[in-house]
Amino acid sequence: MRTTGRAAVVVTAVQKRFGETVVLDGVDLTVIEGTVFALLGPNGAGKTTLVRILSTLVPADSGDARVAGHDLLGDPDGVRSSIGVTGQFSAVDDLLTGRENLQLMADLNHLGRIAGRARVDDLLDRFGLMDAAAKPVSTYSGGMRRRLDLAMTLVGSPQVIFLDEPTTGLDPRSRRQMWNDIRELVTGGVTIFLTTQYLDEADELADRIAVLDRGRIVAEGTPDELKRRLPGGHVRLQFAEPPALRAAAALFDDATADEEQLVLRVPGSGDVASLRQLLTKLDEAQIAVAELSIHSPDLDDVFFAVTGQSTLEEAA
Amino acid sequence: MSTLAYTVSDSATMLRRSLRRLQRYPSLTLLLVGLPIVFLLMFVYVFGGQLSHGLSSAYAAGHTGRAGYLNYVTPGVLLMTVAAAVQGTAIVVAMDMTGGIIDRFRTMAIARSAVLTGHVLAALIQSLVGIGIVLGVAIALGFRPTADFIHWLAAVGLLGLFAFALIWLATALGLAAKSVETASNTPMFLTFLPFLGSGFVLIASLPTGLRQFAHYQPFTPTTETLRGLLTGTPIGNYALIAVAWSIGIALVSYLWARRLYTNTRST
Repeated sequence: MRTTGRAAVVVTAVQKRFGETVVLDGVDLTVIEGTVFALLGPNGAGKTTLVRILSTLVPADSGDARVAGHDLLGDPDGVRSSIGVTGQFSAVDDLLTGRENLQLMADLNHLGRIAGRARVDDLLDRFGLMDAAAKPVSTYSGGMRRRLDLAMTLVGSPQVIFLDEPTTGLDPRSRRQMWNDIRELVTGGVTIFLTTQYLDEADELADRIAVLDRGRIVAEGTPDELKRRLPGGHVRLQFAEPPALRAAAALFDDATADEEQLVLRVPGSGDVASLRQLLTKLDEAQIAVAELSIHSPDLDDVFFAVTGQSTLEEAA
Repeated sequence: MSTLAYTVSDSATMLRRSLRRLQRYPSLTLLLVGLPIVFLLMFVYVFGGQLSHGLSSAYAAGHTGRAGYLNYVTPGVLLMTVAAAVQGTAIVVAMDMTGGIIDRFRTMAIARSAVLTGHVLAALIQSLVGIGIVLGVAIALGFRPTADFIHWLAAVGLLGLFAFALIWLATALGLAAKSVETASNTPMFLTFLPFLGSGFVLIASLPTGLRQFAHYQPFTPTTETLRGLLTGTPIGNYALIAVAWSIGIALVSYLWARRLYTNTRST
């Protein structure tokens, strides 16, 4: 995982409103080259708007942004020649076949006849679309469309790829496959700017995550940093019998005991110092612990803590 | 390659795409060519016998009765073909703009104009093919143009220019439409304009108000010029007015379409 290096995307104080609604309220962020950056947020948080601004589709009301070294306002064509975008809604031509769609991209990227055809074949093969290459896209399944969409984005060998909710609406298997495809891209050195409302997706793929809520970045860091920053991490102690549980519960004021499961949850980040302290306490009281595990909160907890609402609630 | 070479190459790519789309959606073209053919058959075989009585032999290109009326009505039906074909253009453009792929084009470093150029050129080819088919049917029914090579060339040029103008208008209407349904309705008035001009009857036979309208609307001078070129009826200054109309419509619609295309912002 890389945390230092050249910036592929720099966003400074970007604001955007549609009529009375403030969609982006001063967003700042930096994405390091060759990393996966996930913008996490519920529906309506402004994720898609930010992607549309960064991919030159919509102008920001104020603020600056540079993508792949090109200024968004000053050199939009420079930005366009360095990026690839796979949006939330499939950007494929339904009336054309899979091969024709890719060939169209090859032609528009001016790859030339031979290089273009080679690239098309290579991508059809890589995304498992060779068998369906001659069929119109309107006959494709959701997963196939999304793969073709991503393949079309890759024809021009972009340095920065924007993926706006790349797995929304896909079945679990297609979703896994998309994750693998995305991971493969990163090994090729490209930068990925991903938006998602799925916490596990950000956790799986991203080097850094920013949480966007109502147009503001409310938290940012590596997945682990975000989890650690959070209250709610705890050490879970499993006991063999109730007296041990009760004795241990008496030692820690802020612990919560579960009598049925014989589990004691002691709040804490689980770092070495506090663990040693905890074990010493237990040792001194001569309490036998059957099992010990450190529980760091998952991103759902993070989300709840930073935005005060659950993502599930928001999606419903 | 230079910017111009890229623009030409991108436009050619988009033209290939648009033509392929039309090819994949043949029912639309058939439907649009079918309409003027139905009107041609109906007007010649149902109304033609009656309507031919109002025509002087000059307007019937020397023929009488139904055959004379066929000679009179064919130029109007050819222009109606253009009007019907561009209805398809508006639909196709709106379909493209409401689909996701247009956003992909906008995020690519391609000539901005290429998408519209591709649509317009494909529509022009589609219109000319449609005109060819309808003209073929008319000739099969007995339409006998008197035009020589130069006049044919001028007639094709006029049809091409007129089609070009209406295609840009339909493109703008397609861009302005919020949905494909709207886009299929807004250019419909164009199909009726040949009736409110000299397409099917002499404008002298129309009531005053309508006659005024017919006199000043673009289909009348264009019909008269085309009829003159194909069957030798008097053209007068209609040719100049027809060309001016086409250029005017093309220019205004082009500017409107370009503005709509650049400003289209979906949230």
